Amino acid sequence: MTMPFYVPPEQQMKDRAEFARKGISRGRSLVACQYSDGILFVAENPSNTLRKISEIYDRIAFAGVGKYNEFDQLRQAGVRAADLKGYQYARDDVDARSLANQYAQMMGHIFTHDQKPLEVEILVAEIGHEPANDRLFHILYDGTVMDENRFSVLGGDADPINERMNTAYSVGANLSAALKACVAALGGPDKTLATDDLEVAVIERGTSRRSFRRIESTEVTSLLG
Amino acid sequence: MPYFTPSQDPGANFQALLSRVGLNAQPVKGQAIVDIPHATTCVAVTYQGGVIMAGDRRATAGNLISHRDMEKVVQADTFSGVGIAGAAGPAMEMIKLFQLQLEHYEKMEGQQLSLEGKANQLSTMVRANLPSAMQGLGAVPIFGGFEPRQTKGRLWDYDMTGGRYEEREFVAIGSGSLHAGTVIKIGWRDQMTRSDAVMLVCRALWEAADADSATGGPDVLRGIYPIVASISQDGWVPVQDEELVQVFESIIAQVRSR
Repeated sequence: MTMPFYVPPEQQMKDRAEFARKGISRGRSLVACQYSDGILFVAENPSNTLRKISEIYDRIAFAGVGKYNEFDQLRQAGVRAADLKGYQYARDDVDARSLANQYAQMMGHIFTHDQKPLEVEILVAEIGHEPANDRLFHILYDGTVMDENRFSVLGGDADPINERMNTAYSVGANLSAALKACVAALGGPDKTLATDDLEVAVIERGTSRRSFRRIESTEVTSLLG
Repeated sequence: MPYFTPSQDPGANFQALLSRVGLNAQPVKGQAIVDIPHATTCVAVTYQGGVIMAGDRRATAGNLISHRDMEKVVQADTFSGVGIAGAAGPAMEMIKLFQLQLEHYEKMEGQQLSLEGKANQLSTMVRANLPSAMQGLGAVPIFGGFEPRQTKGRLWDYDMTGGRYEEREFVAIGSGSLHAGTVIKIGWRDQMTRSDAVMLVCRALWEAADADSATGGPDVLRGIYPIVASISQDGWVPVQDEELVQVFESIIAQVRSR
């Protein structure tokens, strides 16, 4: 009879984390930042149909990087949780903090209990009625939640992009300036990203109930111009 | 957080999701209930820009007026609206679920249902209400929308069993529908302008209110006017009360001069 080798839990967690990080770093990165009228999301994504950024609820959006089928399943779970809560209670009761906690629970559970951890990082963002109440919850493959300010970078190349964002981005920027900063940070010094390779969306403070809006490539071109 | 295995996944269907998590409404059993609020007359007509929908504001419970400012004609999504007549409780719940279903589908699938698909979805919801309808809690909607690709308005009405019928000219439902429908039937013209269509639906509601005690007319005392809205390439646009005041004043003048 063969006995399984003893693997200490520290090693097990380390292996899983490394596996997840490897998977995530194979994909392309994503940046989200506050701008004067809301929150902007910019992702490097050549596909025009398989989205990384999407609407969850009236004031809440979702972004994911890594394995598409995994973060899309998380996105659907988020839409369901939000719609159910809004149906059962009231639309105002749906908030990003509670969603982020639910995501963290689920991803943490999958990280420790399932065959393999999720190879994704996600962002749950919510606009408040004032910029001070904007929320960016960055959730890692193991369920770690980070409540971030100003901007958030997801994906394998996060460190250099974070540095570039720190210099390129300034608080209170309008949409055009914020978009320029994000695109510059995503591309870096040696690479300019083509408009067709960008997926851009915003949740904006305004009059309509549903704040999520995709920014199509013609508008992206004019904003970058 | 609702997370399903592929075989258990309800997809973009919100009602299926509700039943998976145990939040779906159970059909009513037992004796018929009659003295609950009922919502009444709703009409819709096609015009050159799309569709105009209108509904009075009264709800009645038996012989009493239970509400004076009901909104039984509401926006369903950007390019569609729904009006409903029947038992107010199930009717309002059906509208709420329908609005949610359209939004839920759009978010889950990343694109909107087609207009035909929305009309069909509503038919399923009416049919699901049939057991309650047999107990006297029936609710029957009308559905109107603008088809951006075909640049025209379309209308549907339904029966209690979920039967779905597309109409080319107009629909009228509820207790005042006989009178309202007759007024529209006589006054309807192909390619009407928006203002003519608004005048026609208001006149229809006026005559329904005049002859049917369960339909409310314009309530000048409280400043409550019927809900009237157009659905065109600009989407759902409510007709403002200021315009309705003028429309009803001209109707009153016409009636007085007879």
